[in-house]
Order: sequence, then structure tokens, then C-alpha cells
Amino acid sequence: MDRALKKDPYNIIITGVGGQGNVTASRMLAGMLVARGYSVTIGETFGASQRGGSVMSHMRVSQHGSWSPQIPKGKADLVVSLEPSEAIRVLSGYGNPETQSLINDRPIYPVRVIAGDDKYPSMDEIRATIKKLTTRSFVISATEEALKLGSPIFQNVIMIGAVDGMGLLPVSIDDFKTVIVPSMPEDKAAINVRAYEIGEALVRG
Amino acid sequence: MSNLMHTAEGSSYLFMGNEAIARGALEGGISVAAGYPGTPSSEIIEQLARIAEQKNLYVEWATNEKVATEVAAAASFAGLRSICTMKQNGVHVASDFLLHLTGTGVRGGMVVVVCEDPGALSSQNEADARYFAKMLEVPLLEPGDFQEAKDMMKWSLDLSEELKTFVIFRSVTRMSHASGNVKIGEMPDLRPHAYFNCKGPLLDFATGPMITGPGAVAYARTVQHGRLKKAVSLFEQSPFNLYAGPEKPELLIITSSACYLYSKEAIDILNLADRVGLLKLGTTWPLPEKLIRKHFLRTGSILIIEEPQDFMEENIKILAAEAAGEVGAKIFYGKKSGHIPASGELNPDIVITALKGILHIQYEPVPQDYAKEAFQAVFKSPGRELTFCPGCPHRASFLSIHNALMLDNRDGFVCGDVGCYGIGVLPAGFSAVKTNFSMGSGLGLATGFGKLKQFGMSQSVVAVCGDSTFFHAVMPALVDAVHNKSDVMLVVLDNRGTAMTGFQPHPGLEIDAMGEVALPVDIGEVCKAIGADVASCDPFDVETAETTLLDMLRKKGARVVILKQICALSPEKRGKKLYQMSVREDVCKGENCGCNRMCTRILRCPGIYWDTVGKVSHIDEVICAGCGVCASICPSGAIRKEKVA
Repeated sequence: MDRALKKDPYNIIITGVGGQGNVTASRMLAGMLVARGYSVTIGETFGASQRGGSVMSHMRVSQHGSWSPQIPKGKADLVVSLEPSEAIRVLSGYGNPETQSLINDRPIYPVRVIAGDDKYPSMDEIRATIKKLTTRSFVISATEEALKLGSPIFQNVIMIGAVDGMGLLPVSIDDFKTVIVPSMPEDKAAINVRAYEIGEALVRG
Repeated sequence: MSNLMHTAEGSSYLFMGNEAIARGALEGGISVAAGYPGTPSSEIIEQLARIAEQKNLYVEWATNEKVATEVAAAASFAGLRSICTMKQNGVHVASDFLLHLTGTGVRGGMVVVVCEDPGALSSQNEADARYFAKMLEVPLLEPGDFQEAKDMMKWSLDLSEELKTFVIFRSVTRMSHASGNVKIGEMPDLRPHAYFNCKGPLLDFATGPMITGPGAVAYARTVQHGRLKKAVSLFEQSPFNLYAGPEKPELLIITSSACYLYSKEAIDILNLADRVGLLKLGTTWPLPEKLIRKHFLRTGSILIIEEPQDFMEENIKILAAEAAGEVGAKIFYGKKSGHIPASGELNPDIVITALKGILHIQYEPVPQDYAKEAFQAVFKSPGRELTFCPGCPHRASFLSIHNALMLDNRDGFVCGDVGCYGIGVLPAGFSAVKTNFSMGSGLGLATGFGKLKQFGMSQSVVAVCGDSTFFHAVMPALVDAVHNKSDVMLVVLDNRGTAMTGFQPHPGLEIDAMGEVALPVDIGEVCKAIGADVASCDPFDVETAETTLLDMLRKKGARVVILKQICALSPEKRGKKLYQMSVREDVCKGENCGCNRMCTRILRCPGIYWDTVGKVSHIDEVICAGCGVCASICPSGAIRKEKVA
């Protein structure tokens, strides 16, 4: 397992809806990269934006210290979205023709959609739009797979495993086991490793 | 293990900005830390509270920012080092005390840490607290990256103790809530002894009473001016003021804080390292005049990049005017010229745009056809209006408040306050909230409205506040309402913690910041003692809540209803459902019911959605928090709730 950074800084945006745990996901990934000796800068918003709103974590991976905690427009290398329509929102601002993406296919309907005042795009429409805005993308059922493991909470680890599976970052399941797993309750270690493997396999096929 | 407890000096770890600030405070030898929760400042006290016992600290969540500042000052008077923390508008609350504190100065190093929120991402204002440094005549320090957040915090404590004045340490959201690698330093293991020496003569602030008063003010200000002069001489040499760029750049950027990172990035993207110079200031008041004059000589054009107001721009222009004879006339770009927006948060793209305009260069981040696709794509992603979380007690509370006001039928309205329940102004809160200002202002305004009867005002007046807000600033308004006979009803939305900022404990709870057992101050008993008529109930019991609210609305004088139910995201509650919810599809009449799809169209809870194909409501198992409120409002009884064992 020896992958160099594809670019420096390598720019990742992890997006989703408040409450989905994108802060936790960005922390896990960052922890693994820092343990490999990289400098990581993360920018995120907490607070009001969490209450049903769109949330983003901007992550810069570099060998040369701190970067702006806000990624400039059009400079995302990888967009990881815990919710399908949020991927579109982020790609339209931060994507470029070389951007890759990983998307969880479980929608979270905005309240205006729930109330019938707005429409949620179909999965086909979302896939077609994402295809236009990325050079390579994966849509996986992380939430469904997590439910099979017993709780939607595992979806974020599945997504991290899938990021590894995409082969873009210098991380591996061994980093996950040595850096992240020790901070989890002991009885949750095995199932989280399983979640990571599931994610990796979903992308590697 | 807490990030703050690492001991491998010189090793690098990933720190959130606020963790770096807390670590810097530890390396700087603090004994006492106090604050009031407020985004983006809260994690500093949270992190310190977690290790208080191990590091022999005293850490508290104070009732409000003014008390926090006083707690920190008392420690300083007793010879200890201390910090107090707050968000930008917190300084306005603490400012009366701070104004007087410059009249005596401090003894142990004391730093007022202000974390600002340019762009008001989690605020109702984008106040610029830097002006307080100038107004109160104290030094101001701003870190430009995560390493500096730690290193400058430590230095701020040394500086404060050396100058004998408190200093303001200012961070912003993109520093406090961003993370980066930080190399840690040595952490002293202190066992200081606290003693307030007050036996010396008057006006001897090293050994005498700490007193401000008529007759001493001019003297005290002269002393403070001497401290500022000394600060300038130290700032001239400070390693936190850096220059990078060519000897004679076409344009000199002067910046500070997170804007430094944006500026660096913009220069990098536009490849301008040999044309643009970058002066990053860490000591932004009083300005290091000689240093800035030296950099004035480099070029005739200066761009000032800062947020949210033009604090540096004004002060640097004054220096330029004073130095004009020596350094020549300068062209300034910044907020005044319109090259940098005068409001809102900045980012690298804004700096790129400014540089493009000033230096006449071309740059597009993506090819034109991609930009076109991207622009069209954004309309495919539906907007996300803020709402209460699934299982949030506020949704139920506002439903009952709204219904009670409708039944009361006197054109009543709600004065809101600061917290998640501010969303009550949106459809999520049935648009019940009609005013929202600062902490405690809901009841203050409502109390004022409640006194307008003599001018013919007949509307029912309701104020809402959270439990933490109640202690922070609502109590004085309640005293006013009772004593001055206002007709007003206060609803305390008691969700057992300072929820919006992350469940920090407050005086109503049985534990304190450090996790120790504490005497809870009972909100209902306080209101009764003040003289209000008090009732309380569970907002999830929708029927009782609505009846109680209506009964109280119909009474006169100052009344309080406490709606008590724990926040759905609290550590005690999170992930635990009260009920397993389901929709009986054979019973749900959908559009034909006559309820106007109350559960989805009116309640608008993220946990229940309308199945556009099956034409019935559905519970989203992954999102539903099992509060049971939707079952209470379904007129057909189609929503089933089963108690979770």
C-alpha cells in the first residue's frame, strides 16, 4: 500500500445534510492521513447550518503545511456525498472536468419536498447530472448496507472504505485499524472493520 | 485521550483551531478558564473542562459573558493566569466590566478570547470585536494559522502579564472550527497559590485595592497608554508579523487571521508570487508603526484584506497619512474601494477576484462549457430550508403555541430569542416568531409590548427562551415584567442544556462544566419567587401543552409556561426512540382526508414523508426519532406509535 498524493494539495469535499455525520467522516479520513505524515487542513461549519441544512467539510491534504480552510471554486479533486442531491450542489460550485465523486444513494428529503412545495430529482436525473460534472463517479448504497449491519450509523465508515477503494488517497484498511479503531468502543471494532471492508468492496467490485 | 494532553514535545497532531487555542492556554500556564457557549467559541472551554482535574484547572460555564470575564479577572487579581471565552457579540455583554478593567489593569496574565463569525454562519450578527481593542485601549492579537493559534495564545498570556493589562485574542470561524497540523510545546505542571493582595495603598494596582472611580480615571488611562506604547515596541519585533514576496512588489497585500490563508491561496492560484507581496499581521492593535512604514516603502499600491469590517484599513490609512512625507502617497484597495465586499465572509475566490481587477489578469477556474453545465446543474438540487431536527421538542412546542394563539384569537405573536428556536420564524415553527434580537431580548421586548394597553394594544404577547438563555439574560426582564405589571407570557423551552452549541451544562442542571455534581437552580422556582404565575408540562403531550398554554394565555399579568423535554441530539437522548412509529396505509386517507396532509404539509418533520406514488404518508425509519408527535395530530389515527421497551 504505497500511493503518493495525486496532487498537492489534494482537495476533498465531504458533504451531506446536517446530522448525517460528515464531521465524523472527515475526522476519520483526516486522522488516517495525518498518521501517514501528511498535513491536513479541514474547514467545516457547525451550528445553525446543522439543522436540516446542507453541510460541507473541506479537506486539503498536503506535504506543505496548512492551506485555506475553504477550497476555491472549481478546485475539488474528490467529492464525497452522504446524500445524492447534495453532490450536485457541491459539484456545481467546486467541481472541474477532472473531479471524481463518491455518492451515497439514500435521499434525505428537504422539508419543502416533504411539504409538497418542491420536487426531489429522480436518481436517474441525479446520475446523469453527476456524470456530466465528473470524470469518474461511484454511486453506492451505503445506508442500505449499514442497515444490514444493524444501524445507519455505519454508513460513514462504509463511505470511508469506499474512498479507499477508489484508490485516490494514500490510506488503507491497516490505517483504519491502527488509527481509528482504537478510539472506538471495543465491542464495535469488528463491525466497523466489516463496514470499511464492505465499502471498499462496493467500489472495487 | 484528549488532544490537549499530548506530551511529545515537537510532535505534530491534527488540532481544531479551538483545541489549539486551549492547548496554547495550557502551555501558557492558565489555572482558570470561564466562558459562555457561543459558536464558534465553545470548544475551548469544553476541551479544557475535560482535563480540568488532570491539570489542576478551574473551568466553568458562566451564566453569561460578563460573569465569565469577572471570574477570569478575579483569578488574575489573585495572581493566577486565566482566560475567558465568548463569541463576538459576547464582548458586547462583557464590555461594561472590560471597560472598567482597563482602569486597574491585571496581575496574572489574562486573555479575553473572542471567536467571531464573519458571514454570520451561526449568528444573528457579524459584529467585529476588534473595535473593542481600540475603544477599550488594549492590545489585540490575531493568529493566521493553526500553529499560531496555539503559539500566540501562549504568548498572549505572557504579554498580558508583562504589560499588566488584559489582551484580546481574536479568532474567526474558519480558524476556530477549522483543523490543521500543530506542533506542540511544553506544558508546565503548575501548582500556584491564589491570594488577593489588597493591603497596599490606593492606586497601587500591584498590591492595593482594585478599584476604579472618579479622580483616578485620567491617571489610569495615562498608565494604560504607557502599556500600549510598550506593546507597540514589542509588536515591532514580533515573529507573528510576517512578510513574503519580492523586494519591490507591484502590489502589497496587508491581511490578518484566516484572510491570510485566503490571500496565500489566491497568490498561489494566480501565480503572482513574484508580483505581489504579502504582509500578514498578527498584532493588529496597536499597529507596529515602524514595521508598516518599512513595508509602505516597497510599493505604491496596497490591498487590505480583512473581515467583517474595515478595521485595519482605517488604521493603516491613518498611518499612511502620517507617514506620507516619508513614504509618499499610496493607492489603497479594499472595502472602501469596493474591491473587497464590505459585508459577509471572505474566501480565496473573493481575493482572486480582487487581484484580477487590480492587476488586470484573466483567470477562470473551469472551462466555459463546464461552467455552463455546472450552472444548470445547481437548479436540480432542491434547496434546504432550515428545520428542527427529527424528534426536536421545539417543533411540538411551536405547534402548541401556534394553536393556542389561534384559539386565543387576539392576533397574538411570539417574541423569539437566541437559540435553535429562532427557526420558529420559519414554517418549521409555524412562523410564530415575529421578533428576534439578542440574548434575553425576547422577554424584554414582550414585556414592553405588554405595557402598551393604555395605547389600545390588545394583542396577546408571548416570549420564548431556552433554559440557558433564561439564566443568561431573561431573568432581569422577568423581574421587570412582574414589578411593572406587564401582561406577558413567557414560554421557557427547557431542553436540558445549551443545545445549539453542543449541550454545555447551565445553572439549571445537576452537573457543572467539569462534570462535577452541582446545585441545580430550578427555573420554575425562580419564576415563582420573582412573582410570576407558573405552569409546566411536556411538549410531546400535545393536548395538555395546548390546553395549558391557552389557559395561561387567558390570564393576566406575568405568566410562565415551562415546556420541558430533552433535546433529541443530547448525548442522553440521541439514537433512543420513545416510540416505534409506523403509518397504517389502509387507514391513511391521504389527499381525501380533509386534514390537508397535516403530518407532512403542516408538521414538516424530516422523519415523515409523502409517498408520491402510493399517495400515503410514510415514516423514514432512518431519520425518525420516535417522538410520537405526528401520531397525536393525525385526525384519522393512521399513525401508530408503539412504546419502545
